[in-house]
Amino acid sequence: MDGLDTTVEEQKAHEEGVIACWSCKGPVLQVVPFCETCGAVQPPGQVNHFLRLGLETSFDIDIDWLDQHYFNMQRNLHPDRFAISSAQEKSLSQQQATTINDAYETLKEPLRRADYLVDLLSADLLPDGCDLVNDQALLMETMELREALEECETLEQVNALSTRAENEIKGCIEKLSKLFKDNDIEGACRLKTRLRYLKKLTEETRIHQMKLI
Amino acid sequence: MATLLQIHEPGETPTPHSGGPRLAIGIDLGTTNSVVAVSDKNNPEILRDEDGRALVPSTIAYAPDGSFIVGGLANDLLIERPECVVTSVKRLMGRGLKDVKSLAGVLPFDVEPQTEDESGMVRLKVAGHKLTPVKISADILSALKARAEEHLGHVVDQAVITVPAYFDDGARTATKDAAKLAGIEVLRLVNEPTAAALAYGLDKGTEGTYAVYDLGGGTFDVSILRMEKGVFQVLATGGDAALGGDDFDHVIAEHFLKDKVKDKLNTSEVKMTLMTARRAKECLSTENRDEWSIEIDGNTSYHKLDRATFEGLISPLVEHTIDICKTVSEDASLLPEEIKGVVLVGGSTRIPLVRQKVAELFGKDPLSDINPDEVVAVGAALQAEALTVGSETLLLDVTPLSLGIETMGGMVEKIIPRNTTIPVAKAQEFTTYIDGQTAMTVHATQGEREMVEDNRSLARFELHGIPPMTAGAARIRVTFAVDADGLLTVSAMEDTTGVEAEVAVKPSYGINEEEMAEMLYDSMKYAKDDMEERLLAESRVEAGRNLNAVSAALSKDKHLLSSTQFAEIQAVICQLEDVVKGTDRDAITEAAEQLEKATKDFAEKRMDQGIRMALRGVDVDTLDEQASKG
Repeated sequence: MDGLDTTVEEQKAHEEGVIACWSCKGPVLQVVPFCETCGAVQPPGQVNHFLRLGLETSFDIDIDWLDQHYFNMQRNLHPDRFAISSAQEKSLSQQQATTINDAYETLKEPLRRADYLVDLLSADLLPDGCDLVNDQALLMETMELREALEECETLEQVNALSTRAENEIKGCIEKLSKLFKDNDIEGACRLKTRLRYLKKLTEETRIHQMKLI
Repeated sequence: MATLLQIHEPGETPTPHSGGPRLAIGIDLGTTNSVVAVSDKNNPEILRDEDGRALVPSTIAYAPDGSFIVGGLANDLLIERPECVVTSVKRLMGRGLKDVKSLAGVLPFDVEPQTEDESGMVRLKVAGHKLTPVKISADILSALKARAEEHLGHVVDQAVITVPAYFDDGARTATKDAAKLAGIEVLRLVNEPTAAALAYGLDKGTEGTYAVYDLGGGTFDVSILRMEKGVFQVLATGGDAALGGDDFDHVIAEHFLKDKVKDKLNTSEVKMTLMTARRAKECLSTENRDEWSIEIDGNTSYHKLDRATFEGLISPLVEHTIDICKTVSEDASLLPEEIKGVVLVGGSTRIPLVRQKVAELFGKDPLSDINPDEVVAVGAALQAEALTVGSETLLLDVTPLSLGIETMGGMVEKIIPRNTTIPVAKAQEFTTYIDGQTAMTVHATQGEREMVEDNRSLARFELHGIPPMTAGAARIRVTFAVDADGLLTVSAMEDTTGVEAEVAVKPSYGINEEEMAEMLYDSMKYAKDDMEERLLAESRVEAGRNLNAVSAALSKDKHLLSSTQFAEIQAVICQLEDVVKGTDRDAITEAAEQLEKATKDFAEKRMDQGIRMALRGVDVDTLDEQASKG
């Protein structure tokens, strides 16, 4: 094989995601955490959070499955598994664990997942400011709920409000799921703003609950 | 040939020739007391002295020649030679002078006045020496190490050391530095409440969402964890790194001094008063006595303190811990009643008022089945075994404090919020203000407040080697990474040119690299032999990794080699295997390089084969399956 061929092929292979294992120098796919041949831990590579955690790129995810899969990945890749390994392996395991944590933290929570998915699907296509609050109804709703919270004097009242907000959040997530399914990214982008406000409200109700305990 | 076909599971690294089972220990390095434990075959054991005592007082007494004793004997010397004795040095780890609490305006430490150019770390005057808290901690650690070595009958050089969850970066670094000085490799810094949870989970099979309330001699932590099927996931943590039994002693001592012993106390008298206060506190937790005496200069003074007064004195401090518990519950998005149980850790949880308040908040009787003084060391020992022998247990901890950087006007911009699972990394982009600017400083802080002055200053990172460009053109990506020990590292790169900037760290309260090097040099315990042994161990690990990789490659792709080529590689492998058994580090390095050279063509052939397969689409599906399995 002559030199030119190798370069072109290597280039192509790189695009296909084949790289050389740092340890045994053999071929290894970019997304694989361990070399198939020698078992050495690999650098995390560039893949999106869904792919990294073995999920389809979708707003609907099975949280219990995600938890278990995340734990299994960390069981193999966390720096605690490499406490007596070489410096190189320690460093790679830290990089792996860091990217897995980042992916998990982003995807496990619906709001962050929606943010990430909107970015991933259509970062440049959306009109500017579609996630800003320009929705009168939303503003009114938020103000009304906040006032209601301020007027709460008993734990029961706060609990009722908290339940209401949580139900609203549930509905919001269901609608988001439908919008993403229908590929209405602009609609999803708008709706996640409402989710953000509702989440903030539940945090505030929690603080209020603590004060009354 | 048999060794050639040895294939290791992914993630499992063989450690060849490690020379017999050397156990790694767990150390609970406490403010008042320390405990050492070891675990073998999942069987944790506390190392006790002849009288069955697990607790080693974290008290150290120095002689003028620099020799020292640690533990109960040092405590006894506190009465006769207070100027030679240091207690509670943990409170000074990674801290500045303004963090040290005084009694009646006098510190319980004899502090050396600081000079301008020195780092923020205090130096103590003890028996004519000037010692940093890191050095004093190192001496305590080496006494604990010696205790373990005597018990186990072998050299101990690896340990898990626990730290308060709420310890900031400075205090963690200081602890790790102290271990290094004592000749101990820290396998992991584990947070104390997490270690306690580990002990309950692994030793008692506890499962569910639990809170760990840890009130020690000098620090308070509360962590909420989800524990199930061998996974210990910290949901939120909080605390006060300067609130513990010592502070109870302080309020009692202040109460005693209201009756005026004499006008002005010296450091030794302060130490004596605090000791009496501590005795009173301990007695009042089990019985109800109400008169106490302090003897200074042969004059004995008598003081009144009954249980009710005592509880009144400490009540604001206990309430403060309860408030922190509430905040942590909020952070975990849980109400106290949603928490299945609460575990008590630390000697100060023996105080009845503390137990009562914790029970009230969580609405259930707290657990203390495992001795609150020993549970942290048990967890540390279990983790030390898991890290060295391997384990299915997964421990996911979080950052206790938000990490931020100073921006315009002394404001803090948060980069990594508190309660983020570690390890974590976040990048932030900066640009230059002036044409041709090649350096800049990033000031990292830890804490929850908005202004820099209200947070803890961690370090100033000086970035050098930024390629000169017009102002605003450079894109400097600064990455803040917190590792599994909770320690921060900063790296920086100019994005448009790909030039990596150098980062020099100026810790705000710690020793810099030069000081560390100097201390290591001075330290007799870290002699040249030790250093050489460490390097030898490292090159053996690396050679083992290399041998394992080549063996695996050969067993898979042997068909790419002619029998001559195979025999050649084989010969070099044998050579490396041979020298690894010896102690000649240079020979190991050289043989490893030989192996690298001998397998270069083989590696190329393997890549060619892999690339061809990828291009033809052969095998890719099976590889994909592997990828999705993770």
